[in-house]
This record gives sequence, structure tokens and C-alpha cells, in this order.
Amino acid sequence: MSASDDLKDLYQEVVLEHSKRPRNYRVVEGATAEAAGHNPLCGDQLVVTLKVEGGVIKDVAFQGQGCAISKASASLMTGAVKDRTRAEAEDLFERVHKLVTEGPESVDVDALGKLAVLSGVSEFPARVKCASLAWHTLRAALEGRGEAVSTE
Amino acid sequence: MSGFDVNQVRKDFPILHQEVRGRPLVYLDSAATAQKPQAVIDALVRFYQHDNANVHRGVHVLSERATEAYEGARETVRRFINARDAKEVVFVRGTTEAINLVAQTYGRKHIGAGDEVLITQMEHHANIVPWRMLCEQTGAVLKVIPVDDRGELVLDAVDALLTERTRILAVTHVSNALGTVVPVKELTRRAHAKGIPVLVDGAQAVTHFPVDVQDLGCDFYAFSGHKMFGPTGIGVLYGRKERLEAMPPYQGGGDMILSVTMEKVTYNRVPYRFEAGTPNLEGAVGLAAAIRYLEALGMENVAAHDRELLAYATQALEAVPGLRMVGTAREKSGVLSFMLADVHPHDVGTILDREGICIRTGHHCAQPVMQHFKVPATSRASLALYNTREDVDALVRGLHKVLEVFQ
Ligand SMILES: Cc1ncc(COP(=O)(O)O)c(C=O)c1O
Repeated sequence: MSASDDLKDLYQEVVLEHSKRPRNYRVVEGATAEAAGHNPLCGDQLVVTLKVEGGVIKDVAFQGQGCAISKASASLMTGAVKDRTRAEAEDLFERVHKLVTEGPESVDVDALGKLAVLSGVSEFPARVKCASLAWHTLRAALEGRGEAVSTE
Repeated sequence: MSGFDVNQVRKDFPILHQEVRGRPLVYLDSAATAQKPQAVIDALVRFYQHDNANVHRGVHVLSERATEAYEGARETVRRFINARDAKEVVFVRGTTEAINLVAQTYGRKHIGAGDEVLITQMEHHANIVPWRMLCEQTGAVLKVIPVDDRGELVLDAVDALLTERTRILAVTHVSNALGTVVPVKELTRRAHAKGIPVLVDGAQAVTHFPVDVQDLGCDFYAFSGHKMFGPTGIGVLYGRKERLEAMPPYQGGGDMILSVTMEKVTYNRVPYRFEAGTPNLEGAVGLAAAIRYLEALGMENVAAHDRELLAYATQALEAVPGLRMVGTAREKSGVLSFMLADVHPHDVGTILDREGICIRTGHHCAQPVMQHFKVPATSRASLALYNTREDVDALVRGLHKVLEVFQ
């Protein structure tokens, strides 16, 4: 595959669109949990807030600064985990992590819905941390660890 | 330009002649670490093949040769920075260790609770954290000379910050994040007028222009071998002899002592007092080879090439739509730090990398100055004596490609 095909896979239309107009870019009102995430390598920082009721993520949002990949991943994540249980969100993270580290052949891509657009990341090992930052932060919030998580 | 032909120079650097990601390598990250000329590579190999032995200890021929090579390297460094005496040259691991050494020896002895350490807003973490640590250990206070929006020091603020409690001024010669050349000679003059010693972080200076420590007048000058085309793991702390002699040792061990009993240790003379343990012999030998390489090119020629290329690159980058230079000091060297439209530097770096272009993106270990410019990170292209206008043109094409991806 040429360098420029790799780039097109990384910066797919949907990824660029989400990075420019991130969904759920706000603070959840009456949040029951939150956590801050930080990628010291590139200075990316974001805060995930969520409202969990009866074990279900009723609302989730994020705010912060970061590269296109980390913002798009955060935006897509908020859409994907809403109305899911903790266990489902955790399971989704595991599959997304596999997707961005091992590539599209490693998971059932169709079952991932929109998140499948992150598959291009696997060709860019240096960017895996960007794609995972929001997810690590979500996990910290779900586990009640509000302190800053770091991808280093 | 007499005696300096960049195409000739490029031939001396084997690593440059390769394709990466299907394109010719364009290396614009020399401020992070510089590539090595064949002369340095050969010197390392030769040392291992012919002369390797421990120094200052053996009576045998190899130890004599190794000692001669190591002490010869010290003399080469002395000449390069025009120190008065080779004893003023302490070999260390790099700039970072040099500054830690001064903080933990000079600093621990002379700086106490309520005293002040003065640095600047544009220091590398290597010239912040060792002082922060010292302040935590002693109760001293860290003071900071501010920078303005061009990335120059606010010189008007300096005199008021040099107080009767200031015990040292530690300042960079060239900012690795902005490229600003700091008037360290003038700062030294002002500090010395109040009896305050000065440490200069020369990591980004010695590769770009001639440095004369006697002319600067500073008390300490620190730099790294790997940024000046030499090996990693070797660096230099220059210290005026009177200063070094008044300083307690740094680490303890072999070579830094004259005699040891279980009751009493007598420390060695300078500079050996600061070089505990077997030093980085091949590193010193490689550094000396790098210096001889630079001397053969002529530092004045290197400086002229850098100035000319920086001017060309500045103009070329400023013509890229949406590009904003971070650091526009009137006197700059080697570094172009910038933001491209609203594209995050990390994305810029990834796309350039796919074009075979190596730049650095991030905070460049200088977070306080990033905070001043209210950016979490920048893209940084840095220039060295082997870079060409073609490299700059490739960078500009790459940046247009970034804009294309992000429309
Ligand atoms: C201005 C400046 N000071 C200090 C350092 C630290 O040098 P080293 O990592 O070689 O100790 C660097 C290198 O990044 C630098 O650019």
C-alpha cells in the first residue's frame, strides 16, 4: 500500500468530520463520574464526564484539546457507548483497542459500526495512544478513578 | 561561500542517503539529535579496533593510548570553546547532567533558603527541573525572566530580577523551542556586575556558530555531543577553574579521589573530581572527531550556511497559507517552530512522516514557553549544516499536502 493510501485510511472523511465538529463536546449535567486524560507526548488533554444510572451509561460527553485522531476517537466513543452498560462499554473498548493496534482483520469490523473508521490507525503505531486516550479516560471514569490518566 | 559546499558536506553523512517510506529522507530534526559524519563513525571504530583500554589506571601501552585519546579530546574541546585551560573541561553525559552537576555541587554549597535562582521562561526542562529540585531541597526560590510575543527575553525586566539574593543566573544560549538567540554576553555582564555567576545552556548553540567562553565571560557552559554531530552519552561542562576548584564533588567513586582509607577520602583535582568511574572514552573520542570535522568546515562557514538557510526557510514557510510562526525573534538560529492553520502538530508530523520528512512535534521539553504562547505543542523543523534548500522545499510541499488532507 502506498504512503498516501495509508494516510487516506487514517484521515477518513468521517474522522476529519468528527475532529472538526466533535459530537457531545460538553460537560454532562449532573454527571455521576468524570476523569481527566493526558497524553504527555503531544500535550493532548481531555475530560470525560458521564452519568450512569442502574449500571447504564445514560449520557457521556468530553471536552479538551488534541489532534484529529484523539478528538475523532473521543467524539465517536461518546456516540458508541451511550445507553450501553459498563460491561458493554468495556467490551467495546477492548475491540477498538484491538482494531487500532492489530488492524481490521483482528476484529469483526461490521459489529463496530462507525468506530470502524479508526481502523487506519493500526498502520501508524505512533498514533495508537491518540486513538485510545478517550477510551482510557472513560474506563478511569467508570472505575471511579477521577485522577488524571496518562497514556505514558 | 568559501570552503563550504553543502552537497559535499552531505556526502560525509551516510545516513542521509536512504529512502524512507519510498521517498528520499529529509531530516529536519537535528535539534533533537544530529546525524553523524563518517569521520565520527570511523573514530569510534578505530578506537575500539586499536586503542581501547581503561584510562588513567594501566601502565600498559593500550591504557596509555586510551588516556592520551581521552585527554586529547579534552584539549580539543578546550580549543573549540576557547577555554583557558583543559582542566576547565569536565566530561559528562550531556547537557542535562552538566546542569544537574552544577545544581547539586555549586548549588548545594552556595544556595540556601530564601536565596534565588534566576532562569528564563524559554528554558528546556533540563535547565528548569534541576533548579526546581535544588529549590525543593534548600528552600531557595526560582525566579523567571519573562519572554515577549516574539520570543525574546524581556531585557528590561532583568536588572530588577538580579537581586542581592540571586545566587546564579541559568540561561539558554539558543532556545530549542523557538530558535531565539539570547544575548548571553550582555546578561553575563549584568549579572557579574552584581557578583552573580552565570550558567549558559549551549546545547543548541555550539552546532550553529562559534562559541568563545572567554568572550562570553560566563562561569559555566553546558552542551551535548549528540547534537553537534558526535556520539550520544557524552557532553561537556565547562567551568571557570576558580569556580570548579571551589566546588565539592558530584558523584563518588574511582578516578575522582587521590586517596581513600575507611576514615578519610582525599578528592582528586579538577576536572577529575567530577568524573567518577570509568568515563565514556569512545564518546569523548567521537566528540573530538566531531569537533575536528566542524573545525575543518569552519564554524564561521557553518554559521553563514545556517543563517542563509534559516532566512530562506522562514520566508518559504511564511508563504504557506495559515502558517503561524511561533518565535519570531530578531536573532534566531536553526529552529522553525510553527502552527499550521488549526491542524494539530501531531497530525502535521504524521503526514510529513509519510512523505519521508522528519520533524519534531510536541512541547519540545519546554512546556513553560509553550504556555506563554498558549499552545500545547508546535511543529518544529530544525536545520543543520547538511540541510539544503531542497529539504526546505520538500517541507513546504509536505505542508501543502497536510492542508490538502485537512482542506
Ligand atoms: C536547549 C537544550 N538544553 C538542554 C537539552 C538537553 O540535552 P541532553 O538531552 O542531551 O542532555 C536540550 C536537548 O533537547 C536542549 O535543546
